[in-house]
Amino acid sequence: MNITVTLFAQVAAFIALIYFVNKVLWTPMSTMLADRQKRIADGLAAAEKGKKDQELAEKNAKQQIAEAKKQAAEIVSQAQKRSNDIVEEAKDIARVEADRIVTAANAEIEQEINRAKESLRKEVSSIAVAGASKVLKKEVDAKAHADLLNDLAAQI
Amino acid sequence: MSSESAQSSGGSTVEYIQHHLTNLCVGNCDPVTHKAAGFWALHVDTVFFSCLLAALIVFVAQRLGASLQADKPGGFQNFIETIIDFVSTQVRDSFPGHNPIIAPLALTIFLWVWLMNFMDLIPVDLLPLIGSMFGIDYLKVVPTTDLSTTMAMSLTVFGLILYYNIKVKGAVGYMKMFLFHPFGKFFVPVNVVMTAIEELAKPLSLGLRLFGNMFAGELVFLLIALIGGSAAIGAGLLLIVPLQIVLDLAWLIFHILVITLQAFIFMVLTIVYLGMAHTEADDH
Repeated sequence: MNITVTLFAQVAAFIALIYFVNKVLWTPMSTMLADRQKRIADGLAAAEKGKKDQELAEKNAKQQIAEAKKQAAEIVSQAQKRSNDIVEEAKDIARVEADRIVTAANAEIEQEINRAKESLRKEVSSIAVAGASKVLKKEVDAKAHADLLNDLAAQI
Repeated sequence: MSSESAQSSGGSTVEYIQHHLTNLCVGNCDPVTHKAAGFWALHVDTVFFSCLLAALIVFVAQRLGASLQADKPGGFQNFIETIIDFVSTQVRDSFPGHNPIIAPLALTIFLWVWLMNFMDLIPVDLLPLIGSMFGIDYLKVVPTTDLSTTMAMSLTVFGLILYYNIKVKGAVGYMKMFLFHPFGKFFVPVNVVMTAIEELAKPLSLGLRLFGNMFAGELVFLLIALIGGSAAIGAGLLLIVPLQIVLDLAWLIFHILVITLQAFIFMVLTIVYLGMAHTEADDH
């Protein structure tokens, strides 16, 4: 092989091509590839973070729901207790009222009875006298037998 | 196939092959053999095709760079990305340390050598035939079948090897490598010879391997092209021409592997040699 100008021309072409490939092809492409790699990595990290956040939020929500349930149960039980209390109270009041009504009625009945007895007592003597005079066909002196009649009336 | 080789004898077969293996020489050339006779002999076809392919690389790269899309890469961009990824993987695997010139150098070698080798797959008579229409008598279309091209590349790489050897090891360190490597300080003369051979073998093997493979491949294409020409007479054509087509196709398909492999080997060896240049001298 002769060392000719062709060799040097090819060396020059080779060096020029290395320069251009580096400038036009390698640098932009590798920069872009590195950028893309970084973006993908960032995206994956963000997704991971989002997932973690979501998990945390889910856990939080669960906790809150559990708390709310507990509170609700407490409220319900309180309400039940309160309603029971109210019912008991109402029962008590009703019982007292009923007692009162019954007592009053009893007292009234007693009064009526007494009143009836009284009026009966008043009438019994005259009825008895009228009856006796009818039996004896003569007038009985009411005054003479007043003590007897009063005894009779008192026995009623 | 041309009519001139149809009237074949042994002499015209050799002539046909030699004609195809002669560069278009301009300047200080032998008037009879058309071989370079002195320093000022320019192989115009070699320089033209290699520069054309280099320009193609730059042009396509520029077009691609203008429409680079990071988010939704198109088909061609994907293809180039694959090549770049492949090259940078090779550099990462076989190159210690970091040097920003290595990867673009390797990429350049791979693309350029592959494209120059690819010229081998164009039918051997097509471009010379077109050339002869324009009055160009000699045309060798595959730049890598010219030693000037392969040695130009390997010597450039060799220059880089020397530069980085001296830069990394220091001039003294590099000298010490010649003196005390590989057998230690009691065998200095042997060491100098051994290391010199080792270093010189690098550019020689790089350039000659590529040249030899491509030259031989081109030669086989020429021989296959000769089959049909040697059987111009009558019925033999019916048998011989299909044979030529089948053989040509087989060698073509095999050659796709060869050109890729040769481009790959040149690239990887460049990376490895430069990697060796970047390692500190180990003391024996």
